[in-house]
Amino acid sequence: MTRSLTLSAAAAFVLLALGALVLPDWAMFLFAMALAKGLVCLGIVGMMRGGLVSFGQGLYYCLGAYTATLVANTFGVSDIFLLTVLSTGVCLAVGLAFGPLLASYRGIFFAMLSLALSMVLYGSLSKMSFIGGTDGLNIAAPTFLGWAPEGRALQTALYLYVAVMVVIAGTLMRIYFDSEQGLIALAARDNELRVEYLGASVRNVNTYSYVFGAVLGGIGGTIAVLALGHVDPEFAFWTTSGEFVFVAILAGYLSVPSVFVAAIILEMVRSFSNLYFPNTWQLALGIFLLIVIVVLPDGLGSLVRRRKGDAT
Amino acid sequence: MTATVLDVRDVQKTFGAVTAAQDISVAVPEGAVYSLIGTNGAGKTTFVNMVTGYIKPDAGTINFGGRDIAGMAPRQITRMGIHRSFQIAQLCNELTVEENMLVAGAIHGNHRPSFLRNGHNAEARDRALATLERFNIAEHRNRLIPELSGGVKKLLDIAMAMAGKTSIMMLDEPTSGVAADEKFPIMDLVIGALRSEGVTVIFVEHDMDIVTRYSERVLAFYDGRIIADDTPDEVLSDADVRRYVTGAAA
Ligand SMILES: Nc1ncnc2c1ncn2[C@@H]1O[C@H](COP(=O)(O)OP(=O)(O)OP(=O)(O)O)[C@@H](O)[C@H]1O
Ligand SMILES: [Mg+2]
Repeated sequence: MTRSLTLSAAAAFVLLALGALVLPDWAMFLFAMALAKGLVCLGIVGMMRGGLVSFGQGLYYCLGAYTATLVANTFGVSDIFLLTVLSTGVCLAVGLAFGPLLASYRGIFFAMLSLALSMVLYGSLSKMSFIGGTDGLNIAAPTFLGWAPEGRALQTALYLYVAVMVVIAGTLMRIYFDSEQGLIALAARDNELRVEYLGASVRNVNTYSYVFGAVLGGIGGTIAVLALGHVDPEFAFWTTSGEFVFVAILAGYLSVPSVFVAAIILEMVRSFSNLYFPNTWQLALGIFLLIVIVVLPDGLGSLVRRRKGDAT
Repeated sequence: MTATVLDVRDVQKTFGAVTAAQDISVAVPEGAVYSLIGTNGAGKTTFVNMVTGYIKPDAGTINFGGRDIAGMAPRQITRMGIHRSFQIAQLCNELTVEENMLVAGAIHGNHRPSFLRNGHNAEARDRALATLERFNIAEHRNRLIPELSGGVKKLLDIAMAMAGKTSIMMLDEPTSGVAADEKFPIMDLVIGALRSEGVTVIFVEHDMDIVTRYSERVLAFYDGRIIADDTPDEVLSDADVRRYVTGAAA
């Protein structure tokens, strides 16, 4: 790990931690949700670097959330660390099962297949009345290694937890993006034939990024359900996945922090517009995305990081 | 007598009504430099594509390294030591020249590509630079591919193909798309580099001056068949070759 990356990670954590001191309750909740969803989006960004866009990350977001909820409600587990590990493990296993399958597809076929899988989960969960059907399930507030905070303390603890996860996941993904494998992924996005004729498997490259995306989706889903206290099949609905893609495109694939900035922007726009123009806010969001695509085709990240300057 | 490194036997390939390869048999000795000539559509690229796994022959065997590689995936064949360049250089346009080389180095390094080690690490960059210098294109290392001349693209394509342990190098028209005055310097560089490592070379070429100058042996293709397999002098004076390949004027 280079010095500049260590410094960036430390700075990111300090900045996020400061939020715990200054943010009002409502904003802390909004930021925690945005960061949790940002983790899911970071997974899509990882796939985008290899040339794939998953339109079904809601699958892992939902799977992580339901796993955490079912484990908590069935076995009385409330520890946030344990819940995160368990639900991420389930997402990892599912990702490993579907990854090699989906990795043979490209472009719209990959997007639609990933979407189809998430909609299968959505449909199944909606029909399973013994786990709440379309109403979903509630989950109790988490504990932190035996500590059971309430009120503002709980809000703060959850926020700091997601902040730590964001910094760890963000740092690891940056290391991956800059690694030899990350470079091969960029090459595969660009020219598959070349990569295959150099002796590397593009399918493997895509499988790796898909599995990382599954893990990140699981972590995001677990934290989101703990922050909300409730999960329902909408977590896997296509509009949820669509928002993740929206954030990934807004952020672009160049910079990791921009993914979380984009996620926060989306969450803010949503809550403010919901308040002031409840019927037209999606329209506002769509226009905003259009402007970004036209002005910054490589996303917000291109403001801070150029492709050709990656070599630092 | 040197050992045969590539032994192609009775290979056939048709695309619908087109016969792209018919009874193709050839035994290439280790370290030799072969050229493939023939008019457009004669089956030269098809031959390269079958040996490198891009297309699977309908019948016949291709023996290399003690195995029949006919129908194996390009990736596997590459890993066994048959590398190739392309008629149209295959490069990553969004990456710089150096990064293209780094990709090749990362895939062909002594270790498996890592998820942790930086793709731009100092050792890899030194190696990439050394290769680029060897091919005389180091000055372009920070440029993106679309900014390069045809000759530089071709050289980079070949340099990348050579990153791994190479036993046979197949070059599909290494001088097409290259300015006339660059052709000989490029061939000098490439053939020199490959020869110095004892690599067996098979290149497709339309320019008979280059064929005579660089190859020891020529395979003349016509209509999916090999109509001559001999030294350049013999092949170029062959009546059929004059009629079907080089043109009556030759
Ligand atoms: N993938 C394919 N599908 C259908 N037909 C093909 C395919 N590849 C080659 N052919 C046909 O096979 C014949 C031989 O083509 P090939 O590309 O091997 O010729 P070539 O000798 O390399 O010619 P050139 O000098 O133009 O590169 C041609 O008639 C071509 O149209
Ligand atoms: Mg050809």
